[in-house]
Amino acid sequence: MKRKTLAAMALGAAVAGSSAMADLVIPDLSYRTGPYAAGGTPFSDGYQDYFALLNARDGGIGGETIRVVECETGYNTEKGVECYEATKGEGALIYQPLSTGITYQLIPKATADEIPIHTMGYGRTSAANGEVFNWVFNYPANYWDAASVAVNYLLEENGGSLDGKTIALVYHNSAYGKEPIRTLEALSEMHGFELSQLAVDHPGQEQKSQWLQIRRERPDYVLMWGWGVMNQVAVQEAANINFPMENFIGNWWAGAEHDVTPAGMSANGYKSLNMNRVIDYPVLEEIKTMVHDAGDAAGDGSNLGSVLYVRGMYAAMLASEAIAKAQEIHGVADVTPAMVRDGMAALEMSEGRMEELGMAGIGPEFSVSCQNHGGSGEGIVQQWNASASTWEPLTDFITPDKSVIEPLIAEDSAAFASENNITPGCL
Amino acid sequence: MLYREAGDFKTSYHADNHTFPIKFDRIGFWVTLAIAFGIIPLVINDYWANAIFVPFLIYAIAAIGLNILTGYCGQVSLGTGGFMAVGAYACYKLMTGLDIYFASSGYTPGDGAMIPKGGETFEVTGQFLFFTIAQNAEWTVYILGQINPMIAVILAGFVTAFVGVLFGLPSLRIKGFYLAVATLAAQFFLVWMFNKISWFYNYSASGQINAPERFVGQIAVTGPNTEPWAQYMICLIFVAVCALIARNLTRGTTGRSWMAIRDMDIAAEIIGVNPLRAKLTAFAVSSFFIGISGALFFAVYLGAVEVGEAFGIQKSFLVLFMIIIGGLGSIFGSFAGAAFLVLLPVLLKVIGVDLLGWPTDLVAHFQLVIIGALIMFFLIKEPHGLAQLWRLAKEKLRLWPFPY
Repeated sequence: MKRKTLAAMALGAAVAGSSAMADLVIPDLSYRTGPYAAGGTPFSDGYQDYFALLNARDGGIGGETIRVVECETGYNTEKGVECYEATKGEGALIYQPLSTGITYQLIPKATADEIPIHTMGYGRTSAANGEVFNWVFNYPANYWDAASVAVNYLLEENGGSLDGKTIALVYHNSAYGKEPIRTLEALSEMHGFELSQLAVDHPGQEQKSQWLQIRRERPDYVLMWGWGVMNQVAVQEAANINFPMENFIGNWWAGAEHDVTPAGMSANGYKSLNMNRVIDYPVLEEIKTMVHDAGDAAGDGSNLGSVLYVRGMYAAMLASEAIAKAQEIHGVADVTPAMVRDGMAALEMSEGRMEELGMAGIGPEFSVSCQNHGGSGEGIVQQWNASASTWEPLTDFITPDKSVIEPLIAEDSAAFASENNITPGCL
Repeated sequence: MLYREAGDFKTSYHADNHTFPIKFDRIGFWVTLAIAFGIIPLVINDYWANAIFVPFLIYAIAAIGLNILTGYCGQVSLGTGGFMAVGAYACYKLMTGLDIYFASSGYTPGDGAMIPKGGETFEVTGQFLFFTIAQNAEWTVYILGQINPMIAVILAGFVTAFVGVLFGLPSLRIKGFYLAVATLAAQFFLVWMFNKISWFYNYSASGQINAPERFVGQIAVTGPNTEPWAQYMICLIFVAVCALIARNLTRGTTGRSWMAIRDMDIAAEIIGVNPLRAKLTAFAVSSFFIGISGALFFAVYLGAVEVGEAFGIQKSFLVLFMIIIGGLGSIFGSFAGAAFLVLLPVLLKVIGVDLLGWPTDLVAHFQLVIIGALIMFFLIKEPHGLAQLWRLAKEKLRLWPFPY
C-alpha cells in the first residue's frame, strides 16, 4: 500500500513537473527535518499554501503562474548553500531562507548573482541599510527592533523605568542569538537595567545549568532568543524552577503553539513577541476551501492558522506583493530577479491593502525605500493561555526606539561596507 | 587482461619504488589527474563546484589528515571539528590582518594616519618587521598586513599543527578510548573558545566570520565573485599536494614509525621508535592537513562560518565515519570515504526530489535511513572499508579471466 502511494506520488509529480513549467519561480528553502523542524514545517506550509492559493484563485500573480521549488536545508548552512546553488539556476526570483546562518551565507552570493533576499524578522539586522545591502531586505522588523520592543514593553509595565532591574537574556549561541546583544547592551546603559547573558548551545536541549543560574540570580525578567527544540526545553525548565511565566518573554521566533504545549498548563502566562497578528483571517478560509480541500496542501495540512503558518503566509504575501509591484513598475508580467528587487524597494503595505487581501491587520503598515529596507520594526506582545490553547494579544503594535537602533545599524553596515569595499548608494 | 603485472618490467630501484606498481594503475592515475586538472575546470558550473566538487575535495583533505592520525598512527581523535575551526579562524585572522594588542605606554597623539581596528581607532606610529604599529591611549596594536589567501591557508595549517601537538601531548600517557575523550575535550574547548573570545571574530556583533574578497594574481579565490573553476582549482591543488605528501610520508621512515606505534607501541619502542616523536609528528601532520581543510572550508567553500554550527561535534564524527567507511590507513580510502558521504546524500536527493518528485522531508528522512543502512552493510561485509573492496577488486582483476 505504502509503496503504491509512493509510486503514485512519484508519477503524479513527474507529470506535474513536466507540465508545470511556470514562469515565476520561488524557491522555498525549508526545513522539515532536524531539531528546528517544529518551526520550519508550519512556516513552509503557510508559505507554499499562499502561493497555491494565488495560483488557484487568481491564476498566479499578474497572470503568471507561480512555481514553488522546495529544498530541504535542515537548518544546516552547507545544505543551504547546496539548495541555493541548485535552485538559482531555475530562475529564482526571491530567497527567504528562514535561517540567520544561511542568510549570512547567501548575502554575498545573492548580491553577486543579483537575486533579492527577504529575511523577515531574522538575518543580518544591518541589512536595513539599503544603501549598503542593495539586494537584502528585512522588513517589516528585525532583531534589534524586537529587543527594543521587548524593552519598551517592560518599560511600560514598570511605569517608564527599569532602573535597578535585572534582565537575563537566554540566547541560542549562534549568529541568530547573538544579534540582539549589542542593542540590549545599549538599552541597558540607557535605562539602567542590568543585563546578564546566558548562551545555549545548538540544538538547545541542554539548559539545566543556565536555568540553575537563573534560579540562583532570580532576575526580574528573562528574555529569550530561541528557536526549534530550544524553546520547548526553556519553557519547561522555567516551569521547573517556578520562574513566574509572565516575566518570561520570548522573541517572535519563540512564541508558537508547539513551543508551549509540551509544558502543558505550567506554560500558562508565557509571553512572546509577534510581528504578525494571528486571528481568523478570511484568507485562511479561502486557503481551506481552495487549497486544502482541493488536496493541494503543503505538508499534512494540520498547521493551518497556527502562529508560524500565518507568518509563512505573511512572508509569501509580502513576496507576492513585491512581485506585483515589480510587474506594475516594469510593465511586464514575466519579471526578473532584478525587477523584483525594484518591486521590493518600492513596496508599500497599507491597512487597506491588507484588508483587500483578506488579512486585515496582519502586520504593521510600512513602506520600503531604497535607503530603508527595514520597515517599521513594530511588534506586539502576546500571552499564552494554556487552558484555551490560544495566544492572546496583549498590546497593539509597539514602536521600537529607533534612536538607539539607527546608529547601531549605521555602524554595523559601515563596517560591512568597508570590509567588502562597497560604496554605499542606491542602484 | 589489461590489468596485470606480466610484462611490466622494472629495471631500476626508482622504477621498483613506484607508488603504483602496475602500469595500468599508473596510467589511470595520470588520466584521473589530467581530467581533474584539464577538463573539469573547463566545464564546471556553480552547482557542481559548490554542491559536489569543492566539499568533496575539502573533506578529502580532512579525511587524509585524520587517517594519518587514526589510520596510520592508531590514535583515535574526536577533535577534527575543533581543529578545522582552528584552521578557519587562523585563516580568517591572517586574511583580515592579524592584530596583536599590548597595553599602551607613553602615547602622545601625533599626526599619523588614523585606522579603525576592533571597534576603536588607532594612530599609526611606526613599523616593525611586517607589522604596522598603531597606538591609542589604551592600547598599542601590532597589525600584520593582509596576507595572500594561499599563504594564509598554509600558515593556518601550521597554526593548527601547533595546536594539534598541544592537544596531542596527553596521547603520550593515555590510549584508545581515553585518548578519544581527551580529544573530545579539545573539540568542545576550541568551539567554546571561538564563541567566547571576540578577538577571533574581529568583534563582529553576530560572532560570524566572513571571508573577504581576496585575489591570487588577478583571480578572485575567496568572496562571492569567485568563479567556480577558481574555487575548484584552489581546492584541487591543495588536495593533490596534500595527498602526495601524505602518501610519501606514510611510505617512508616517519610513516613506518607511525604504523609501528599503531600495531604495538611497546614493541615499537623496543625496536627503537621514539613514541614521543612518532605520536607528536602524527598529531602535527594530521592537524596540519585538517587545518588546511578547515581554512578552505571557511574561505573558499562557505565564505561565512559560525563555529558551533560548522565545526561542531557532528563534523568530527562525519570525518571519522569517512575514514572508517573509506578504509583506515589508506589514502585512497580517504577519498572514497569523503566521496561516499558527500556525494551520496546529494545523489539521493537528486533521485528522490528531482527525478521522483517526492516530498523533501520524506527524502531527507530516507537519506538518513539509506546512508545508515549502507554504512552498516559495508561495515559488516567489509570492515576494512571501501579501500579494501577496491583492493580485492584489483586482486580479482589481475587474475581475470583465469581465476584459480
